[in-house]
Order: sequence, then C-alpha cells, then structure tokens
Amino acid sequence: MTRSTVVMLALAAGMFAMAPFVIDAAPNEATMGLVYKIYFFHMPSAWMFLTAAVVAGVASFRLLFLKRPRAEHWVTAAAELAVLFGAFTLVTGPLWARKAWGVWWVWDARLTSSLMLFMIFVAYTLLKKYGGPGSDKLGAGLALFGMANVPFVYWSVNVWRTLHPKTSVIPSLEPGMRGPFWFCFLAFMLLFTLVLILRTDLEKRRSELDALYLAEEG
Amino acid sequence: MTAFFRIVWIVVKKDITVEVRSFELLSTTVFFAITVVLMFSFSLVVEGRPVQEVAPAILWIAIAFSGTLALGRTFERERQNDTLRALLLAPADRPAIYVGKLVGILLLLMLVEIVLVPLVGLFFNAPIFAEPVRLAITLAAGSLGFCAVGTLFAAMLVRARSRDVLLPIMLYPMTVPVMIAGVRGTAALLQPTPDLAIAQFWLGLLGAFDVVFVILALWTFDPVMTD
Amino acid sequence: MSEPGFDRLSVADVARYFGRRKALTHVTFTCDAGEIVGLLGPNGAGKSTLLNILATLLSPSKGTVTYGDRTSEHGGADIRASIGMLGHDLFLYPELTARENLTFFAQLYGLSDVPGVVSHALEQSGLSARADDYVSGFSRGMRQRVALERALLHDPRLILLDEPFTGLDQASAAALVSRLRNRQQAGCLIVLATHDLDIADALLTKPIFLINGRPVADSGSGRALRERYQAAIASAPA
Repeated sequence: MTRSTVVMLALAAGMFAMAPFVIDAAPNEATMGLVYKIYFFHMPSAWMFLTAAVVAGVASFRLLFLKRPRAEHWVTAAAELAVLFGAFTLVTGPLWARKAWGVWWVWDARLTSSLMLFMIFVAYTLLKKYGGPGSDKLGAGLALFGMANVPFVYWSVNVWRTLHPKTSVIPSLEPGMRGPFWFCFLAFMLLFTLVLILRTDLEKRRSELDALYLAEEG
Repeated sequence: MTAFFRIVWIVVKKDITVEVRSFELLSTTVFFAITVVLMFSFSLVVEGRPVQEVAPAILWIAIAFSGTLALGRTFERERQNDTLRALLLAPADRPAIYVGKLVGILLLLMLVEIVLVPLVGLFFNAPIFAEPVRLAITLAAGSLGFCAVGTLFAAMLVRARSRDVLLPIMLYPMTVPVMIAGVRGTAALLQPTPDLAIAQFWLGLLGAFDVVFVILALWTFDPVMTD
Repeated sequence: MSEPGFDRLSVADVARYFGRRKALTHVTFTCDAGEIVGLLGPNGAGKSTLLNILATLLSPSKGTVTYGDRTSEHGGADIRASIGMLGHDLFLYPELTARENLTFFAQLYGLSDVPGVVSHALEQSGLSARADDYVSGFSRGMRQRVALERALLHDPRLILLDEPFTGLDQASAAALVSRLRNRQQAGCLIVLATHDLDIADALLTKPIFLINGRPVADSGSGRALRERYQAAIASAPA
C-alpha cells in the first residue's frame, strides 16, 4: 500500500468511526422520527453502486474496443464493488421504505433499474466464476450491455408506473441534516475510491504474478 | 453492402435447410412453449376460470423461455463438428454472420408465436383478432430485441462452461425492458377496447431498444468472439 | 478473390497461455512455399493450439506470426481468405449433402462460378456419385475427403491440417498424400499435425517436435523419423 492509500484508509476509518456521532447530531425528521437516518448510509451507497457500474462499463468499452488489456483489472474490481454496494443499497432501501411508505418494495423506475443492474453484475460474477477460461471478454460484453440497458429500464418502468407513491428520495433536507449527509457521502466516496484502487492494484499484481510465473523457464 | 446481405442470406438459407431436414428445433420448441402456457394457465386458475388479465404476461414468458432454449440449441448445433469455427475462419464479414444467425432464430421464434398467440387467445378469451396487424408488429419488435441480445450472448457462451444456465442468467435481466414493453403493449391491444395510443408508445420503446441493441451487438460481436 | 499470395510463413517466439497453463512456449519456425511442415508430438502437446493460432482464430500471448510481410493483426479478412483448414472435427454440417456443404462454403468465401467449383471439388474427392447424400451417412474417410475439398475450395495459399490421417484406410491415406503433394507442387505452404510417423516420414519436408508445448531439437536428418521422434521425447525436459 502506498502512502496515499494509507492516508485514505486512515481518513475513511476515522470518518466512519465518527459517523454515528455526526448522524446522532442531526435533527429527527418530522414524520419519521429517528428511523429515517438509515438514509444517510443508504443514499451514498446507492451513488457508489451507480459509480461502480459506470466504471465497469467504461472499462469494458476500453477493453473490448480500445484493446487495452489492463482495463480488465478495472472491470473486475468495479464489478465486485457494484455487487457489494448494490447489495448494501438494496438491503438498506427496503428498511427505510418500510417505515417511510409502509411497504418493503415498490416497482418504480429507480428501484427496478437498480435491481436489474444489480442482477446483471451478479450474472457477471457467476460468469467469471463458472464460465471457464476466456470469460473476461464475455464479462466485459455483459457489463457494457448492462450499462446501455439502464436508460431503457428506467424509461420503461417510469411510464409503466405512472402512479406511484412519492419516491423522490431526496427529501428537501433541513439545514441540520445536510451536514451529516455530506459527511457520510464523503466517507463512502473515500471508502469506494480506496477499495477500488486497492482491488484494481491487487488484480494488477495477480496478473503480474501470472506473467512472471509464465516467463519462468521449464 | 451487398456482400454483407449476401452472407446473411446464405447463412439463413443454410439454417433453414438444416432445420427443414428434421424439424427438430421447431417441433420441440413449439411443444415446449405450449407446455409453458399450460403450466401457467393451471397455476393461475381462479374459481375454475383462468384469469384473463394475465394472458399477455403468459404469452411473453412463454416466448422468453422458448426463445432461450432455441438460442442455446441453435448454437449447440454449430458446436458439433465445430462449424462455428469454420464460419469465423471465413473471410466473410463477421457481423454478417451474426445477423444471419439472428434472422434464423427470429424466424423460428415467430413460427412458435404463430402457434402461441391463438392458443393464448383460446384459453383466455383474448381478442387476438381485434388489432392483428399491430399485435403482430409488437410481437416482432419484441422478439427482435430479445433475439438480438440473445444471439450475441449465446454465441459468446459457445465455448464457456455452464453455458446452458449462464445464458438465461445473463439474458433475462438484460431483456427486462423488452418484457415490460411487450407485455404492456400487448395488454393494451388485447383490452376490451384497445388503447392504441398506449400500444403505440410501447411499440416505440421496443423500436428504440431494437435499434440500440442490434447496433451494439454488431459492434461487439467481433471483439468478443476473437480470443 | 485477390489474395496476398505470400510465400513464407514465419512464426517467431510464439507462446500461448490459458490462465496459468502454458499451452505453447518458444515456438519458432518458418514454412516456405512448397514445404510441408509437420507438427509431431504426444496428445496435449499443443499442436491444435498452434494450428488455431496459425489460422488466426487464436491470438498468441507472445510472439508474432507473419504471413509474407503481414501479421495477423493487420491482415484480418485478407489473410483468412488465403488460409484453408481441415480441423479435427471436420467442419461439415451432417444434415446437409456433400454438394450442399461445399456450395455453402463456396458462397461463404464469395467464389465466382460456385456450381463449377463445387463439381470440380466433388470430382477431386472422388465422391461425385454420392454428392447428393447426407454427410451424416458417410464414413470417416469419406467425410474427410469432403472436408479436405471444403478446405481447398478457395485455392488457399496456406493449408493447415489437424490429424488428417486419423481413421483413414490405406487407400484414403494414399489419396490424401497425393492431394497434398499436388498442392505442394503448386507452391502452397502446408502445416500438418499428425501422429502417423510412417506416412509423415515420406511426406514432410521439415518436422517440428512439440512436447508439452515446446519445440524440441531434432537430432538430425538421415535417421528415420520414428527414431528422431523417440530421441526428441527422450531428450525433452520433464
């Protein structure tokens, strides 16, 4: 680990350690009281999920069309993070929804698109694990298609559910809430960037190790 | 340009010729689709009568399941005797080979639908002859979207392990917009008074999906098939 | 169809890895027009992998393959137009007749006068009488003959054959040898992988012994091929 990653790790660890206190300091929401506060973790996680998906899509494009073999490390790392943050988002979301809307799940555009994108990255993981040799390029193709699909899923579900409960999920944040929100957002962003860099680096080293092994005589 | 379509035509002709010799794919896929419809019909019976509103859903699910089987088995045929390798070895434009396989599979699927639609109409008292042309176009557009993505994925998986289960795992999430638009569009046409405006909208979405994903598949086919 | 018409195939330090498995390493050789190069080795030695690389169906992990003055990255479809391959699985559609198979591939390769080319190929294979029978009903030897003609339809410069003598009887093997000699005299480059050392001895210009993906030095001409092969296996690093 380089010095900058150690710094980032320390910073992220510190921020997450402080987070409960920062969140505690935020005022309670009018209707939901204390429970809404899971939102402070849910929302940044959702953004990181989407960011991971975009990184995977862009890296897939570079791998397949610009023929950059090292882009493959980024696809692998970003796809894993997409599954991780996606799972976190899809668990914390319903926890919030149960209290906010009275239901665990609704089939609105945003939720359905997120679920489908998550499924695509799970499919990617299964493909890499069980597809045998040569699955890297296939996975990249899948990730690329997944990215292209997001607008369609969003659009189709949006029209499909013209009638849905209020799901604009960023409620107008009271001033007191904004601070904790951005604090948590920053902490997540730091964590995401840190893990992405470390994971990509790990992939790079694995591939260097393979190259060394293969270069050895006999 | 003409060379491209010439290749497409000979690949389609070859696939049709091979199929006509045995009708294996067509007959087994049709009967599979029928069993799917029956399974769903029996599962959804309420008070002795099938629920009418589910007709479009059952139709499209049957299309998705039988389409997946047809895709897998078409490429399984090319795997025997390694003929897919021979196709890739030819100097022919590779996207043309993709389109050739796509058209062949699409034709097969549409033949299956010709059997499915009257069957669903029969079981669910659905007015399939109210707007036959629009219904046919909606089915065609949805099938094209499904097969465009499916042909690419099935070709990609030809040398992968666990390919028979990986194909649906990859394909179904990707074709969710096709299913939504297909079902909603078909439902709008099978209503007691068909809602043409809504049907038109969903058809537009299918058209956009088809254009985007066929183009994406054409670009991606070569990079993904070269090892 | 215009072809680059190259006279030399150069393989320079080619390696191919599958994950951590070294399928091929340090493969270097040339094949000139009129030469028949043989790839000899036990099962799993990497012969098929090398043939696939030469056919541009697989890209080398390291090293280059040059066709004349072009490499496979820059050649693409043009190079493929000059390559004919007889794979181990024969590349034929069993549900089609011999004539239909040949016609399909002739059209795929964009040849002019397809019926003429197909008739000629059927004559060459000696199967004109069975032209309209399904390939699924043919014996291995007969299928091989059709498959060979399929590979040669477009008059390729480079001919690649993967274990072409497997399951052939005396007469078919002799016919294949004479066909290959005919192509050799026409100036083609031929690379074939085989187990059949006796036939290879008479046919090959140059043997390449592949053991575990590596070429092993030839102990020298003059001795019979079978002896040289045994020597190569004995001397190969474990």
